[in-house]
Amino acid sequence: MDSAIKGAKQVGNITQKLGPFVGLLALIVVVSIFNSSFLEPLNLLNLLRQVAINALIAYGMTFVILTGGIDLSVGSVLALSSALMAGMMVSGLDPILAIIIGCLLGAVMGAVNGLLITKGKMAPFIATLATMTMFRGLTLVYTDGNPITGLGDSYAFQLFGRGYFLGIPVPAITMFLAFAVLWVILHKTPFGRKTYAIGGNEKAALISGINVSRVKVMVYSLAGLLSALAGAILVSRLDSAQPTAGEAYELDAIAAVVLGGTSLSGGRGLIIGTLIGALIIGTLNNGLNLLGVSSFFQMVVKGVVIIIAVLIDRKKAA
Amino acid sequence: MQISMENIHKAFGTNQVLEGVDMEIKHGEVHALMGENGAGKSTLMKILTGLHQKDEGTVTIDGEEKTFANPKEAEQFGIAFIHQELNVWPDLTVLENLFINKEPVTKFGLIQTKKMKAIASEQFEKLAVSIPLHKEAGQCSVGEQQMIEIAKALMTDAKVIIMDEPSAALTDREIEKLFDVIRSLKASGVSIVYISHRMEEIFTICDRITVMRDGQTVDTTPIPETSFDDVVRKMVGRELTDRFPERTPDPGEAVLEVKGLGRKGVFQDVNFNARAGEIVGVAGLMGAGRTEIMRTLFGLDGKYDGEIFVNGQKVDVKNPSQAVKLGLGFITEDRKGEGLVLDFPIKDNIALPSLRSFTKNSLIQEKEEQEFVEMLIKRLTVKTESSSTEAKNLSGGNQQKVVIAKWIGIGPKVLILDEPTRGVDVGAKREIYQLMNELTDRGVAIIMVSSELPEVLGMSDRVLVVHEGTIAGELHRDEADQEKIMTLATGGQVNG
Repeated sequence: MDSAIKGAKQVGNITQKLGPFVGLLALIVVVSIFNSSFLEPLNLLNLLRQVAINALIAYGMTFVILTGGIDLSVGSVLALSSALMAGMMVSGLDPILAIIIGCLLGAVMGAVNGLLITKGKMAPFIATLATMTMFRGLTLVYTDGNPITGLGDSYAFQLFGRGYFLGIPVPAITMFLAFAVLWVILHKTPFGRKTYAIGGNEKAALISGINVSRVKVMVYSLAGLLSALAGAILVSRLDSAQPTAGEAYELDAIAAVVLGGTSLSGGRGLIIGTLIGALIIGTLNNGLNLLGVSSFFQMVVKGVVIIIAVLIDRKKAA
Repeated sequence: MQISMENIHKAFGTNQVLEGVDMEIKHGEVHALMGENGAGKSTLMKILTGLHQKDEGTVTIDGEEKTFANPKEAEQFGIAFIHQELNVWPDLTVLENLFINKEPVTKFGLIQTKKMKAIASEQFEKLAVSIPLHKEAGQCSVGEQQMIEIAKALMTDAKVIIMDEPSAALTDREIEKLFDVIRSLKASGVSIVYISHRMEEIFTICDRITVMRDGQTVDTTPIPETSFDDVVRKMVGRELTDRFPERTPDPGEAVLEVKGLGRKGVFQDVNFNARAGEIVGVAGLMGAGRTEIMRTLFGLDGKYDGEIFVNGQKVDVKNPSQAVKLGLGFITEDRKGEGLVLDFPIKDNIALPSLRSFTKNSLIQEKEEQEFVEMLIKRLTVKTESSSTEAKNLSGGNQQKVVIAKWIGIGPKVLILDEPTRGVDVGAKREIYQLMNELTDRGVAIIMVSSELPEVLGMSDRVLVVHEGTIAGELHRDEADQEKIMTLATGGQVNG
């Protein structure tokens, strides 16, 4: 009897983990039935490159949401840090160094969020709503509302967003490498465990001697850093920094996290789910384009898919 | 009203919780329902009030078979249930809480606040409760919230009232008031089902007692025909030696010393120490500041006045993280809210404060972690299938053991226990006491805050009595008794 319960529980756990994956497979099957060119290697590689930016941002968002928070400012952090990177490149700094400094600046912007939330005791939604506006404003001030171009012709820099390595787009490689590193951080380090603990029960985490404020600041910094990294890919791909870059990216990132089965109330979720969630959104975008669905209608479909995914998840939980 | 439940069966999934329970509630009696945690008391009462549906058996009320589809039906029929978990809406006022979903309205559908106030004031007067009606319920103490729940149940004009651990959060004075109310209810023909772990109360207020064990009724006896020992024997199904294991304290040097500790408006000039291998009991009325002193000591409330010394060294405890590094552990009174991450497996809960000790090169060494946790689970005899069971699926006593395990894991110098056996059944209580003895034998200093005087007297080597935010007196084990503690706790003087 006991083993039956245990068995049932395990099956439940597996379906919970596999749910998003099954969803992705089903979507791929449906799309490729309607348009077989979806499965062509070139298209799939293209899809991975398109997904990379959202996936990187969504990884950071996963950590934030696991602590029970939210980060609305990721798109603006992407814009501001990529503008700063481009500015440094224009002024002659080595592009790779500019990207590294830009990523660190992204982490600082994330730290500002973290400090507002912990030291300022602001709700994450409010704090990041404010910084979303503020960082966007700073981007516009810095760029004067114009794109920054003339970034030089460093090969390494061009490779970052446009290149291939062993036939695989470099952004996709970045996406998978980042996944591997973040997976280890989330599942194998005390920092990852603390991230879950804070989202599961912040008071208990505090009383257990976890420096909750420090962990939160680190989590938001990580989200900022990953947004800036996504920004670097975008700058390389467009060979310019756009002042309006990253608008509404927070929504796609949150959608990827939620599609991946992470609970918005914190404490429960997996980063592999987020990667799959980002792939689902990418497949939808790519597939609907191939099927010639208008971009207006695409938004409707995306919204419906999110609702269906969450409804299925609820049902399983009950 | 006369209720008779016969041969009640109930299973949740494959877990058989009730296996043929019989219970009869007579008109105008106070009927105690006792049993260890998990014996099925609450489930039985939830079936009676329509919160759960029985699988088998019959419920007869005044000679007629009756099944309620939901609690509202039961309430309308005259059966009210005061739950163990308090269900207040923290942002609503006391008044709004009292009338939730039962607001009297005018014919235009507007709420009649005046009428509500009149009814509520009258009810509070009967209970001799003086909580302002416009106060937000979230600002009320746990004891006050409990009184709100009781008042709410009384307002339904119930014929049968089920009270699940009503006194757990009440001060002695409030309990006295509650008993007065119970007596007058009884006199007017209301029946009370009184669920409690506190033997003294049951023998004070109840007429009959039904004992349950493992989902079955052991028997029902009139109170005068039974005894503490008899009831305990029936509950656990075996002889329990003493309620408190014997202590042979051998205190060493002071590990923790507090001088002039204070927080504005909360407590002031608190001086005491705790020596290695000693249990220091902290008694006092609810709201006297006991818990607040401990929270400050553990760095939970930030800045404080006065000085704290650990092993003779002056320390500055700014946050719990520092407290843990200094070797302090804190088992708070709110096990679910502050002690455990309920969604976490037992393993992760136990490992949480000690992650550092099995982390190498920034990575958690999972094998070491697993061994560490298994060792503690075994040592504390936590009853569980595996260490990956989620904490929320454990009984109260086992949850408490997990919280204790988590702190034993850090190898503490000082362990602060706030109401360590609240909501824990008799068997597990004794195990926890034994554990405290083991810890002090190894030189841990224990500070135990407790509202249960027998526990304070049974386990402490020294008793500090807190009254209005200051330590009103200190009693040694051989001089301490209930009377002296209560005298000090209520502001009196003890000549000693």
